[in-house]
Amino acid sequence: METHLVAATGLQAYAWLLIALPLAGAAILLLGGRATDKWGHYLATALSGGAFVLGFLMFWQMLGYPGEERARSVHLYQFIKTGSVDVDMGLLLDQLSISFVLLITFVGTLIHVYSIGYMAEDANRRKFFAYLNLFVASMLLLVLADNYLGLFVGWEGVGLASYLLIGFWQHKPTAAVAAKKAFVVNRVGDMGLAIAMMLMFATFGTVSYTGVFGLVENPAVSEGVMTALGLLLLLGACGKSAQLPLQSWLLDAMEGPTPVSALIHAATMVTAGVYLIVRSGVIFEASPTAQLVVAIVGAVTLLAGAIIGCAKDDIKKALAGSTMSQIGYMVLAAGLGPVGYVVAIGHLITHGFFKAGMFLGAGSVMHATEDDVNMRRYGALRKLLPITFGTFFLGYLAIIGVPPFAGFFTKEGIIEAAWDQNVVLGVCAIAGAAITAFYMSRLMFMTFFGEKRWDPDVHPHESPAVMTVPLVILAVGSAGMGAFLMLGGRFESFLEPVTRTPHAEHHLITLNGVVTLVLVAVGVAIAWVKYGARPVPQTAPQGSALTTFARKDLYGDALNESLFMRPGQWLTRLAVFFDNRGVDGLVNGLAALIGGTSGRVRRLQTGYVRSYALSMFLGAGLLVAALLVVRI
Amino acid sequence: MLSALIALPALGALAVGLLPRGKDQLAKPIALAISVAVAVYAIVLAFGYDTTSAERFQLTETYWWIESFGVHWALGLDGVSLTLVLLSVILVPLVLLASWTPADRYGGASTDDVPERSAKGYFALILFMEAMMIGVFAATDVFLFYVFFEAILIPVYFLVGRYGGPQRSYAAVKFLLYSLFGGLLMLAAVIGLYVVGGRNSFLLSDLTGLDIDPATAKWLFLGFFIAFAIKAPMVPVHTWLPDTAGQAPAGALVLIVGVLDKIGTYGMIRFCLELFPGASRWATPVVITFAVISIIYGAVLAIGQVDLKRLIAYTSISHFGFIVLGIFAMTTAAQSGAMLYMVNHGFSTGALFLVVGFLISRQGSARIDAFGGVQKVAPLLAGTFLVAGLSGLALPGLSSFVSEFLVLVGTFSRYQVAAIIATFGIVLAAIYILWVYQRVAGGPSLVDFPDLSKRELAAIGPILAIIVALGFFPQPILKVINPSVERTLTVVEQNDPQPTVAEAPTSPGVRP
Repeated sequence: METHLVAATGLQAYAWLLIALPLAGAAILLLGGRATDKWGHYLATALSGGAFVLGFLMFWQMLGYPGEERARSVHLYQFIKTGSVDVDMGLLLDQLSISFVLLITFVGTLIHVYSIGYMAEDANRRKFFAYLNLFVASMLLLVLADNYLGLFVGWEGVGLASYLLIGFWQHKPTAAVAAKKAFVVNRVGDMGLAIAMMLMFATFGTVSYTGVFGLVENPAVSEGVMTALGLLLLLGACGKSAQLPLQSWLLDAMEGPTPVSALIHAATMVTAGVYLIVRSGVIFEASPTAQLVVAIVGAVTLLAGAIIGCAKDDIKKALAGSTMSQIGYMVLAAGLGPVGYVVAIGHLITHGFFKAGMFLGAGSVMHATEDDVNMRRYGALRKLLPITFGTFFLGYLAIIGVPPFAGFFTKEGIIEAAWDQNVVLGVCAIAGAAITAFYMSRLMFMTFFGEKRWDPDVHPHESPAVMTVPLVILAVGSAGMGAFLMLGGRFESFLEPVTRTPHAEHHLITLNGVVTLVLVAVGVAIAWVKYGARPVPQTAPQGSALTTFARKDLYGDALNESLFMRPGQWLTRLAVFFDNRGVDGLVNGLAALIGGTSGRVRRLQTGYVRSYALSMFLGAGLLVAALLVVRI
Repeated sequence: MLSALIALPALGALAVGLLPRGKDQLAKPIALAISVAVAVYAIVLAFGYDTTSAERFQLTETYWWIESFGVHWALGLDGVSLTLVLLSVILVPLVLLASWTPADRYGGASTDDVPERSAKGYFALILFMEAMMIGVFAATDVFLFYVFFEAILIPVYFLVGRYGGPQRSYAAVKFLLYSLFGGLLMLAAVIGLYVVGGRNSFLLSDLTGLDIDPATAKWLFLGFFIAFAIKAPMVPVHTWLPDTAGQAPAGALVLIVGVLDKIGTYGMIRFCLELFPGASRWATPVVITFAVISIIYGAVLAIGQVDLKRLIAYTSISHFGFIVLGIFAMTTAAQSGAMLYMVNHGFSTGALFLVVGFLISRQGSARIDAFGGVQKVAPLLAGTFLVAGLSGLALPGLSSFVSEFLVLVGTFSRYQVAAIIATFGIVLAAIYILWVYQRVAGGPSLVDFPDLSKRELAAIGPILAIIVALGFFPQPILKVINPSVERTLTVVEQNDPQPTVAEAPTSPGVRP
């Protein structure tokens, strides 16, 4: 597969502006200091919005080209050139990257707007917006770069933004710890990506997409190398997308302000792993082993995330478990090869809308209840927060896959594709749908239905328009985006030149679909019996072993702690002791020995001249020895 | 011309040192003005450097110094030494600016038990050190190099011993003994080389490409290498650095760790590889093993430190592991990565030591647990600490990333296992930097002190700007370095391993 890219013309030639606008915003707000406090958030929002408008115009321009000629490249500058390593920084505008550009800038701008209201009371609002802009710029670089190194720069850039925003309330020790944890766990994944790039240089001599993909099918490349590459890329994806075994950071990341959870830890950044896998599709297709591992990781994570979501009383953590699970669906789909890519990206986009909407809705609920996150102290909020409730409800219908809302189309597509390829994967995907229905209904009932359980001095109130308008817009997407994309294969034929998805007949009503819907109904019903029909106790009951298992995030943290953290601490302490006593002790011991000897020698000698002569003698001896060694 | 570049700070040091008693405050602007003049002059010289020239050294000058011994006063710059000289002359004025007030009281070391010292001496010593640093990189005569190599110990000894913390004399003596031991080995090797050369000359050009008996070459190689390994420093001869770092004033540490230690890695390229190519290839497996050990060991120890300056010292041991790894992997990518790393490490570690110096001079303690919540009381200071730290963990977009990445890519093409183990360093780096940042800047405020002053901002700002600029645009430096790398690799007769798959001849923009 050799793709020859046409250089972008017209507006698309200025694609770098997409990144430059929010980056400039971040720079102005950070370097401008307090002078920008008054208007900084408006500037940041405007620049993010400007990037969306630009992105949309470029998308429009792209639609004017015939399908196979839509990929355009923008060469920026020579990044690194030394010896055989020659990396040009350039951007690739194609159907895949523009889809992400639109998602990131659209949802990103809405969340900027929402944050104007949400962060109004925060003294550091300016910094918050600077970091948001930094995030948007990095994320755009990640999806637009035309080579793995450029992607990696964006990849770690979003990691930095995520770190800064999770730890935004640095004075809270939990936030500072969570931020560090997210970065460190992500670095484990990044290691995979870094080694993958080394392997690419050693195998193909390049890291540009066209260069690597053009050489993948070369018979000189062994399948072992492709499997290694695939697994390394998967490791990177697991870190960023919170897939097992690198999932543990995402739940803690909820320490960040809620708009951050919506934008970074639900709609965009955490889906970067899916982007990476789909973008590198050619590599995975060359290694069935790697593909299978991708699908398995996705399937396991979608179940694990869903189970965690069932046991959380913290509304944000329940949603975070759900995010893990939904990304599991996407990864599973991406592991199925070309048949899965479209549904993976489709689900990614619809998820971007409904999950961002629900996170912002959760933020609105927290706003109303004085930042309480415990659902056991919510209840009966639907009348007091009608807009929040309405929009949240649409997101809810979308995620549990009720037709005709967004999630139905994309999730059903994943289940169908998985079932076709491997029954076990298909069963996992259907089971996940049932559990999703349960935990989302549980969340719904505990928050908006039943008796009110909040303190008497809490007076829930609907959020201001600056917050509810984004909610409404996202809810519209939650409702209609799935049908818009998937009906009639619109998105499929748009993405086809990139994903090479074979055309297939899709039936709206399938046996799988019916079974899934029945199970979803069962999930909702169980949740109703447990949390809707009965009063919810304010303190969590003891629960079964399985509940504890889920509450403790399936012992992920405990495992990390006993496998890595504690041994690591021991190793560190041992190393410090060894270095101080062992290595340095040896050195100091030698010094003392010599010092002691020369002290005794000095007692034998008298006066400085003689000791001077002695050292002269020693020096001369050494010289003679050296001369003897070199054999003159 | 280069002689003038050495003479200017040397005479400046003399002038500042001879200022009458009580004129300490005058010493500061004078020293700063001189260092700025040196920087400007060096940058002007650098603009005259021709990256396309076939000459090995440029801006050369050669005079007899001790004719009967064959010693020349010979100076010249190639790509590596030029970038290192530029690094030195840019850092010195910033260090002086940052040491403005701390030098009055305790030179940036911890307060207790340290009497008031003369700022005049501090500034004079820094200038003297600058002269020696330029000399050591510019020398193209092996004996002259040795002289500068040893002479630089004098200012460092006094900077640590007089301006350091409570255990300063222990640290200074330890530093001196370690260095003298290495120097002695090197002296023996220098003399041996001279004898083997048999041309009554210490000029590099006369000593390159000699046909030395392999066994002799190995011994001579070791003499140089051990001296440079101590200086760099590599595990297991590294223990002087944390002790020195723990006691020395932060300003001086910028130069000791940021520049002075580079003499070790610079020497490995200039002398070990270029004078003893065969012996270098012979030693490669062992050196690479120790380099990888340094990377991991230094990083693990950095995590375990309780003192800010010692922590940064250990991170440097890890980074020097990367540099040595890159040098001895002997591929173009790895070696240019290593050379670039020398410059980038100078800036990023320099920035870290400067910021840590600001922290210590405010709190009067270098212990990590003496801090907490700095972000709240001094957001700018915390912010600069974070940026400097991120550069230390090689975040893409900051300068160290490009060099670390090149080292790894270049190493991987020949030594896969070493490269993969070294990659674990990037996870450890995230832990040691972010953990210390969390403890110092995060949490509730345990400290109460003012944010960065304008003067401090002027000292740290330019370094951070350079770090960001080189992170996105490393090419200007790589262009200067590339010819030197090619030359070195030609001397050691190493060709880059070719990628498994030949490039499709049709694909544009990619070269084999």
